[in-house]
Amino acid sequence: MIGAFIEAWAEFRVHKARVLLSLLGVAIAVAALASVVGVGAVATQAQTEQLERGGGRPATLVLQPPWSADGAQLDPAKLAGAFAQVVERYSITYAGGVTWADTRLQYPDGAESVTLTAVDPAYGVMHRIQVEHGGWFTERDAQRIAPALVVSDAIWQRLGAPDLRTHPTVTMLGRQPTTGVIVGVLPPDPYGPNFQAYILNAGYAAIAPPPGSGMAATPMYEFWVPLDLADALTERIRADVASALGDGWMVDVTRQDYLAWGTSDPLEPIRLILLIIAGVILLLGALSLVNIAFVTVKQRVREIGIRRAFGATAGRVFLAVMLESVVATLLAGVVGVALAVILVQNEWIRSYIAPGLEDAVPFPAEAAFIGLGAAVGVGALAGLLPALVAVRVKVIDAIRY
Amino acid sequence: MALLSLEAVTRSVVLPDGDRLDILRGIDLAVDAGDHLSIVGRSGSGKSTLLNLLGLLDTPTSGRIVFDGRPLERLRGGRRDRTRGRDIGFVFQQFNLLPGRTALENAMTPLLYGRGRQFWRRERIARDMLERVGLGHRLHSTPDRLSGGEQQRVAIARALVRGPRLILADEPTGALDVDTGAAVMALLDEVANASDAALITITHDPNIAAMARRRYRLDGGVLSPLELLA
Repeated sequence: MIGAFIEAWAEFRVHKARVLLSLLGVAIAVAALASVVGVGAVATQAQTEQLERGGGRPATLVLQPPWSADGAQLDPAKLAGAFAQVVERYSITYAGGVTWADTRLQYPDGAESVTLTAVDPAYGVMHRIQVEHGGWFTERDAQRIAPALVVSDAIWQRLGAPDLRTHPTVTMLGRQPTTGVIVGVLPPDPYGPNFQAYILNAGYAAIAPPPGSGMAATPMYEFWVPLDLADALTERIRADVASALGDGWMVDVTRQDYLAWGTSDPLEPIRLILLIIAGVILLLGALSLVNIAFVTVKQRVREIGIRRAFGATAGRVFLAVMLESVVATLLAGVVGVALAVILVQNEWIRSYIAPGLEDAVPFPAEAAFIGLGAAVGVGALAGLLPALVAVRVKVIDAIRY
Repeated sequence: MALLSLEAVTRSVVLPDGDRLDILRGIDLAVDAGDHLSIVGRSGSGKSTLLNLLGLLDTPTSGRIVFDGRPLERLRGGRRDRTRGRDIGFVFQQFNLLPGRTALENAMTPLLYGRGRQFWRRERIARDMLERVGLGHRLHSTPDRLSGGEQQRVAIARALVRGPRLILADEPTGALDVDTGAAVMALLDEVANASDAALITITHDPNIAAMARRRYRLDGGVLSPLELLA
């Protein structure tokens, strides 16, 4: 085996120009294949992060506002108490209430409506909230007299893009005008201006409609729990909250992260098409390689005859010709994978395929293995026919050829 | 016991029209270690076919070939190839060096099919052999930079690196001028004697044939002793 490998390497070295030219197509095809898989992994990560921004990280449980069959009003304090008990009982690190409300912000030239989301600091981690300027809420922000706000880029621009180090403020026209301090700004929305702001639950109490007024929204509560405990905790939280609220209250706890949706990967069809294209490129590369290898073996009949005369068995000749092809395509594969790594890891390209990617995604090992595997497979395929021709060489005829 | 013996060996082929062509007829030959014999024949006399059989590259239609006490039919496939690689060295008319490889790499080629010390120390062995044939200063020259005589000496070194017991020289001087041819034959004779290897030279040149101790003529597929004219 070592000898066959040495022979293959020597053949590659002597005919490197021809071999390299014939391998160009294979290297490009492998680069395409590995890039498709690599880009797919990066895009999947980007999509996953996007989905987690919406529904939370797996597993995110949601305690919907309980309701009563007889139309009774739920006491928000009682629900908040039940939530706090659950968080403490199951040692849940990331949990919090979420309330959506519309309010109006007072700008220098008039007031406009915004969507306000009241959350706890944990929401930022649970929903991968990215902040372009400033930062997300901390526990200390709950102590502020003027509630802290994280606003969208559209609001910030509307305010004249003030420097956050100057602690810019904006007035919320809720139950009573309340001044909020902007501590963070979200990245620009790629789909156009989005007038949205986050406020801490502690600060929202000041502008929320009074409880029992009919205008107040009951918060829902989210819990980020270990995936393997999600089913058990869903039932336990539901039972605990129902028990805390007493008879007559319908309590619903559900999963809302994307893994619970059971939908197929929306990128799968695109990935499949790209893989088919890369496969066709690879096949064409393999065909040209077979062609060249075939012609080369015909030209090397004499050399093969000489090797047979000096003791090379048919198996050894077969192996050497196969290895020549495999060694060469493996090298092409390495080059192709290296190209793919450069392409996929390139920041500029990544900004197009996965803008706003939060977690660093290394070049997927599976893409490298698939690329190298395809290269070796093509090499074996391209080497098979010439190898079969080589073992049928009649030694003396070949030498006198 | 002879190193190689052929007993009533025939070789025939069936032509496309169904006729049978007898290439070799009733060949009897015994070659001992250290023997030096030559076989002279014109084109079409069956020299190549006989070379195939002597080199364990072909199987006779009838008759018996025994190499080192083992009948050819017992040596099949890979075993026959390995025996050939280990015990038989070939020197060809057109040198047949591997293009693009240096003299050293060419001389190392048979050792790639060896085992143990022969494989792992192949460079040392090949280097020593090239020095022995007077090419220690041309180790890294490729065939296109060597003269005809030098190329044939590389070919001889290649044939000898595995210490063969039988050297088959097929028209070894066919591509050389008279003086160089004589020098190459002297070298072959010398190294064969030194290693007690049998040397069979197949040639159409009576002068080269005359250098052997035993001489044969192959004519019409029949091998017979050759008497040289005084």
